[in-house]
Amino acid sequence: MAEFTLPKNSTLIKGTTYKAPEAAKNVRRFEVYRWDPETAENPRIDIYELDMDNCGPMVLDAILKIKNEVDSSLTFRRSCREGVCGSCAMNVNGKNTLVCTKAIDEYSDTIKIFPLPHMEVVKDLVPDMTHFYAQYASIKPWIETQTPAPSDTERLQSKEDREVLDGLYECVLCACCSTSCPSYWWNGERYLGPAVLLQAYRWLVDSRDENTGERLDELEDPFKLYRCHTIMNCTDTCPKGLNPAKAIAETKKLLVQRKLG
Amino acid sequence: MQYRSPLANVRGLGSAKTGTFHWWMQRVTAVALIPLSFSLIIFLDLSLTATFQETVTWLASPFNTVCILAWIVAVFYHSALGLQVVIEDYVAVESAKIISIWLVNLVFIFLALAAIVVVFRLISIG
Repeated sequence: MAEFTLPKNSTLIKGTTYKAPEAAKNVRRFEVYRWDPETAENPRIDIYELDMDNCGPMVLDAILKIKNEVDSSLTFRRSCREGVCGSCAMNVNGKNTLVCTKAIDEYSDTIKIFPLPHMEVVKDLVPDMTHFYAQYASIKPWIETQTPAPSDTERLQSKEDREVLDGLYECVLCACCSTSCPSYWWNGERYLGPAVLLQAYRWLVDSRDENTGERLDELEDPFKLYRCHTIMNCTDTCPKGLNPAKAIAETKKLLVQRKLG
Repeated sequence: MQYRSPLANVRGLGSAKTGTFHWWMQRVTAVALIPLSFSLIIFLDLSLTATFQETVTWLASPFNTVCILAWIVAVFYHSALGLQVVIEDYVAVESAKIISIWLVNLVFIFLALAAIVVVFRLISIG
């Protein structure tokens, strides 16, 4: 639902500043969103000054350095540290990204780290992904067929058919795209969002799937699909270089095609 | 306490199984308006520079009448479709959403009818 101002208990206050060691020569400033559900306090911005001569190259390295050496109360998700698990999606200097594949050097000056926008915050940099995952489950992200599987082989796919899935199967469901989309901010309860629509398209065009029509039926809805107005924040922000906006446009084309084609 | 599962919330009332026609007509009217707007520009130009009689004579030619009427239908249809999308995007309260969509549609139907009547009245003079 459209909300243009922050509720009172969400406005940011100033937090603590943690200075770098005096001997440090190469200091970078990190401003990090902090919120603890167990206190009644508003969210705050803590400032960490880190010695870059003693820190790994990625934004996640800086966050881990804070956790390990400065402030162990900082809460965030991370796992694979190489952009395949999708856990460490955050908003860095105003743009959603996976912090494990984003180099600190790509930013100049202060680095501001926030949780994914317009999601409910569980704690600090951890957003509540429940609704997002339920939306993913709702598109039935598995193969649906009437034909029984061959008894002696897998369901085969030609090389060309497999290539259709390039640019779709790589999605790690980090939610950077969905949470960068204003339509998802205003109508996320009903709009499926770019990540889930890209996944839906991945099953629409899978040559082995036999439920394309039913999948299109499910998507044909003013809110589930047609809240996309092609502003392409999704494609711009995707840390894996994918193009959810194109997947959505192709889905709309399929819907027109079955009416007119 | 909320006992509905997240999936039940997402699936909600299910798909409306509409939206494609709305989206497609927005594109169709947008494309149609590109050539049709040229006849409107000519008409507006005549209205400002030529005499009333010359303007009416231009409008009374069957081809021009059809172009201007087509422009009127396309532009008000396109506006109603577009404004409905804006309302759906930003108006969160269900009752306000439904009432404002209806109001917008009725206002545009009224304006389109008024514009069509004006065209016929003008050409009946000429």
